Amino acid sequence: MNTSTLATSAGDSAPSAWQRFLDSDFYYSFRRSPTAMVSALVLALFVLVALLAPWIAPQDPFDVAALDLLNARLPPAWLEGGQLRFPLGTDGQGRDLMSVLMYGLRISLLVSVCATLFALAVGVTLGLLSGYIGGKLDNLIMRLADMQLSFPTILVALLIDGLSRALLPRTVHERLALFVVIFAIGISTWVQYARTVRGATLVEKSKDYVHAARLIGMGPLRILFRHVLPNVLGPVLVIATLSLGLAILTEATLSFLGLGVPPTSPSLGTLIRIGNEVLFSGEWWVTIMPGLVLIVLVLAINLLGDWLRDVFNPKLK
Amino acid sequence: MFRFLSTRLWNGALVMIGVSFISFLLFNYIGDPVNNLLGERATIEQREAMRLALGLDQPLVLRFLSYLSLAVQGEFGVSYRNIEPVGQILLSRVPATLELALCAALLALGLGIPMGVYAGIKRNAWGAQLLQVVSLVGISIPSFLTGIILILIFSVMLPWLPAYGRGEVVNLGGWTTGFLTVSGLKSLVMPSITLALFQLTLFMRLVRSEMLEVLRTDYIKFARARGIVDRSIYFHHALKNTLIPVITVAGLQLGALIAFSIITETVFQWPGLGLLIIQAITFGDIPVIAAYLMLIALLFVTINTVVDLLYFWVDPRVRIS
Repeated sequence: MNTSTLATSAGDSAPSAWQRFLDSDFYYSFRRSPTAMVSALVLALFVLVALLAPWIAPQDPFDVAALDLLNARLPPAWLEGGQLRFPLGTDGQGRDLMSVLMYGLRISLLVSVCATLFALAVGVTLGLLSGYIGGKLDNLIMRLADMQLSFPTILVALLIDGLSRALLPRTVHERLALFVVIFAIGISTWVQYARTVRGATLVEKSKDYVHAARLIGMGPLRILFRHVLPNVLGPVLVIATLSLGLAILTEATLSFLGLGVPPTSPSLGTLIRIGNEVLFSGEWWVTIMPGLVLIVLVLAINLLGDWLRDVFNPKLK
Repeated sequence: MFRFLSTRLWNGALVMIGVSFISFLLFNYIGDPVNNLLGERATIEQREAMRLALGLDQPLVLRFLSYLSLAVQGEFGVSYRNIEPVGQILLSRVPATLELALCAALLALGLGIPMGVYAGIKRNAWGAQLLQVVSLVGISIPSFLTGIILILIFSVMLPWLPAYGRGEVVNLGGWTTGFLTVSGLKSLVMPSITLALFQLTLFMRLVRSEMLEVLRTDYIKFARARGIVDRSIYFHHALKNTLIPVITVAGLQLGALIAFSIITETVFQWPGLGLLIIQAITFGDIPVIAAYLMLIALLFVTINTVVDLLYFWVDPRVRIS
């Protein structure tokens, strides 16, 4: 809390949320870190492209009528034989690679954001309950967490996805494929949230404001979600950012392996898989372009996550 | 100490029981085993006889126990895909995966630790800064992409290294090895690098931050005050104490290497366990999936328990508390 917010809150009108954001330490350190600003810019650009893909993509890659096999396997525009109509070249079916990438980015981000939110919801809820209630429930949840932590994330996600493929009939699975991937990635990453939130809740639980809330007769759920939760959100945000990067990589890996999203809605990983099949015929761009997008996206998220971690780390202040 | 160990062992046992029960359910309830073995045209009497022979009329718990006792003997049924005993298929794939993981582990430790020591000692030199940037890029590239880029450069553009398979292998009493032929060794290069890269950056970052921590402590200052040469301080005093977390992480990463080899093996069509499980999943080969689940769980439980024991042995502080 600094003097300017005190002054304005004493005046006629309270400062707007936006003004408070501009005054915060958070925004201050953001403006002072070029890495954070560039990463945020890149990420915002990618998100915008993904959201607007159906309107800004030069071509609808799923509209078979718009495709012409004569345009197949054209290199990017700056290479010999490339055409300006297809800035990044075309794939084996004559699809404009840039349009395919925009749609792929959309699927990749959709799946990984949903998976991260799912993991966050499960992990934060279990962490709060585990820390606040304690006892047998705490023991059970933390033991489950320990067991899962002894296996790598990618293996857990792969096995859940693979098992669901073996269990569900093919037609059912194709309809549910997107949800299965989201579930698989989400379940494989909830542990970190649960552990962090549990630790923070244990600390918060013995503070005066929680005692006060209990004394006036507030129910445990209301205390947890209205009062404790806002105080443990900082580290959760850091984990969420870093694990979004991990979720994107996991989704890409699953799709590359031929699990993951269905071929009818290709993500960046699926595109790399398709490109990999023609690697030896010299059409490197079909693989490398989606690969580059993936790397830049994950790098931006990781850099932003590292910066967030430093901002929320009280030791570094 | 006894309490600590018994909890660990009990946890491990719980994981194994859980996983083997999942694997048992998969094996017995997905698809109809009688149909799978006899085909659609068998008569009702034949089916009944088969059901009895397979013990399908017994209660669940008994069947689970008999499944376990068979599994302990390495009997996991017959693969749907190539009508061979699953135990034998798995065994024949083990050498390829282990040799790959071994090379990757040597690479990751052999390069990662010295690089981390260097980055920790000379933290402001441009070489150390460069290593930090490279390591951040390193953990942002998915390993399958590393593999594809390597293939593109060293197999497509420059025809130096083979892109697929293990090359020629020599059979040493059931263990096929690629270490003894030129083409086998050449085939190992790119997959090992691909598999090692992530772990290499991990070890480098870990050793670097541990070195920075240790170099700040008083006993290092006193060692300097006593006039001990730098090299001895770095390697005898500092590095030794950074090795405790490195050993734990290295142990856990050995398991991770085998899990990650699923990806590397798919990229390079390396005929190991990882490629087998991916093929089994796409084909719906339930017996292989069920057996792989048990095998991988056993592997991880063993590694985790051994790492816990090692921790005990290496760090006297754990033993006292």
